[in-house]
Amino acid sequence: MATPILNLDDLISQDYKHGFFTQLEADAVPRGLNEEVIRLISAKKEEPEFMLEWRLKAYRHWLTMTEPHWATVSHPPIDYQAISYYSAPKSRKEGPQSLADVDPELLRTYEKLGVPLEERELLAGVAVDAVFDSVSVATTFKDKLGELGIIFCAFSEAVREHPDLVRQYLGSVVPYTDNFFASLNSAVFSDGSFCYIPPGVRCPMELSTYFRINARNTGQFERTLIIADRDAYVSYLEGCTAPMRDENQLHAAVVELIALEGAQIKYATVQNWYPGDKEGRGGIYNFVTKRGDCRGADSKISWTQVETGSAITWKYPSVILQGDNAVGEFYSVALTNHYQQADTGTKMIHLGRNTRSTIVSKGISAGHGRNAYRGLVKVAASATNARNHTQCDSLLLGDRCMASTFPYIEVKNPTARVEHEASTSRIGEDQLFYCQSRGISAEDAVSMIVNGFCKEVFNKLPMEFAVEAQKLLGVSLEGSIG
Amino acid sequence: MLEIRNLHVSVDGKPVLNGIDLTIPAGEVHAIMGPNGSGKSTLAYVLAGREGYQVTAGEVRYQGSDLLALTPEARARAGVFLAFQYPVEIPGVANIYLLKAALNSVRKASGLAELDAMDFLALIRAKLKLMGMDEALLYRPVNQGFSGGEKKRNEILQMAVLEPKLAILDETDSGLDIDALKVVADGISSMRDAQRAIVLVTHYQRLLDYIVPDRVHVLSQGRIARSGGPELAKELERHGYGWIDAGRSSPMGEGP
Ligand SMILES: Nc1ncnc2c1ncn2[C@@H]1O[C@H](COP(=O)(O)OP(=O)(O)OP(=O)(O)O)[C@@H](O)[C@H]1O
Ligand SMILES: [Mg+2]
Repeated sequence: MATPILNLDDLISQDYKHGFFTQLEADAVPRGLNEEVIRLISAKKEEPEFMLEWRLKAYRHWLTMTEPHWATVSHPPIDYQAISYYSAPKSRKEGPQSLADVDPELLRTYEKLGVPLEERELLAGVAVDAVFDSVSVATTFKDKLGELGIIFCAFSEAVREHPDLVRQYLGSVVPYTDNFFASLNSAVFSDGSFCYIPPGVRCPMELSTYFRINARNTGQFERTLIIADRDAYVSYLEGCTAPMRDENQLHAAVVELIALEGAQIKYATVQNWYPGDKEGRGGIYNFVTKRGDCRGADSKISWTQVETGSAITWKYPSVILQGDNAVGEFYSVALTNHYQQADTGTKMIHLGRNTRSTIVSKGISAGHGRNAYRGLVKVAASATNARNHTQCDSLLLGDRCMASTFPYIEVKNPTARVEHEASTSRIGEDQLFYCQSRGISAEDAVSMIVNGFCKEVFNKLPMEFAVEAQKLLGVSLEGSIG
Repeated sequence: MLEIRNLHVSVDGKPVLNGIDLTIPAGEVHAIMGPNGSGKSTLAYVLAGREGYQVTAGEVRYQGSDLLALTPEARARAGVFLAFQYPVEIPGVANIYLLKAALNSVRKASGLAELDAMDFLALIRAKLKLMGMDEALLYRPVNQGFSGGEKKRNEILQMAVLEPKLAILDETDSGLDIDALKVVADGISSMRDAQRAIVLVTHYQRLLDYIVPDRVHVLSQGRIARSGGPELAKELERHGYGWIDAGRSSPMGEGP
């Protein structure tokens, strides 16, 4: 007599909900990478000369580099010549001037994704820059922001319209020589978001970008640059999805944040790229370089990330604490299910005096998932009275998954105080049965346990996205999640 | 309330329960005793619906319907409660949160409105007092870092909150100090009423001094070797379990 009980295995194998593919006419360059392709991308975007020069320098530097392999992730070799480096939905006019110009099919895609592009949803206070494959399709709420002097637009538009700002700040946090994937991005980046908040302005709404990889065999190489001038404030949210495909797709983005004196930037990511199927076929390789620079005194940068998607996530949103009294924060939830792998964490580089950083990392592994926290806390000789607190917790669901922690601490100033706490807990059938025997279904039990575990990080997300993130984790773990 | 007929259960193909017959009417308290490994916890788990126990023969009826067909949560919502011999720790989930989720899911299943935070707090405070527990335990992760005795009290607190119809308490008295035993026993006694059946799995007469059972059953090698009134427990205390097994193999059989 079998008792029908949901077990952990059922609970952690639901299907990916954003796996649809949109039939669109696309304008793509042939696969492969060479200087011709880079010139073509630059020309398509009508870029000024300096931009092309910068791309070519990056490309030539990239040719001298080799793919790094120090992370605890494994994947078959990537054929960089098999990727198409540019794909754009063909729109009826030259470029989308307003929502009316955007392909209705595309708008339906965003609707399915729950992106609030419609004006009425915009009243809810989200300005969205949506990046589809390689181009930015619609930037909403631009006029309202413009009145405050805030620039929020597609990166390619910023290159054309605000070349001086781009030239001044691009690559100033993540130089084109930084690492293999950042160099590749610098050479071929197709679009992304640009944001500038003028001195003393507090951006009145959450700014947000949604990225989606749609076309087959394309890589997505977007670039985001956010500058908060003196005493400015901005909160920014990025969300990502991709259709289901058997092949792996590469996503190598770069995000640079610059906070000048007294400025504050909050950057939140809800990453739900296609993670691959239950056997580990397909999925996005998410190899991303994100770094913020607290360039001025009393500035603050916070990264909050909820990473539930991608076959492989490899990213370390970091903060360089240059200005005195600068504050850096990193709050992370990373979930790996099935055969997903994540090697993620942060770097806090203390250069200024009285700089403080906080790291809270919550890793959740289920199925055969592998989850590593890797974090560097560096206190330079100049950083008198630097403080760091790191808390690193792992939650294992079932007994086939893995979690590991790699904290690196380098302290060159004796006044520094650096604390590191870590914990690992395993949730198994015992805990689930205990909850069930109290009347709570196994699904609710998993979500209760996972949400309890992540609460500290969810609290850092803007309210409506915290709810989204909570749902996403539920979906990602419930019996059918993906 | 509960009728168990010819229940056979194996774990990993190994027979553990070998034909249990037991009827527990509403309003009664039954004690189940028996040596280590005789199958007491197995019986409790099978009633609560734990996975990994194969019922190879027999049936269990609860309030007239087939208990074994229900999921563990459905059993709990129908009023079955198991206080664990070894309560499970759940990191990251506050004790009060589990209690509230549990109560509301049970209430919802019986068509009652869910309690809001204020009403729930008022209810839980009253129950805490009954169990002589510190409010701080509500805000700690479920059972994590609780002392052995605190874990046992916490099980009874859950019972007091959920007000089950059939409560199975697996060695809730083990590991309690003398004062705590009294508090827990009083807590259990206060729930004794005509609508509720209580099963006490215990090794000690001490608990049964506080809560005098209507019936006592002695489990041995997966069978009920002996049933009787409260005096049976006292005899066991005097003679040990060897007495039961000896009795069973003697030509005189079970009677005096
Ligand atoms: N999951 C399991 N795997 C293997 N054997 C098991 C399992 N569960 C129970 N058993 C075996 O079944 C028998 C009965 O165990 P059970 O826990 O029911 O005993 P008990 O009467 O509760 O003992 P105690 O008084 O020590 O609590 C034991 O021999 C035990 O080893
Ligand atoms: Mg036992």
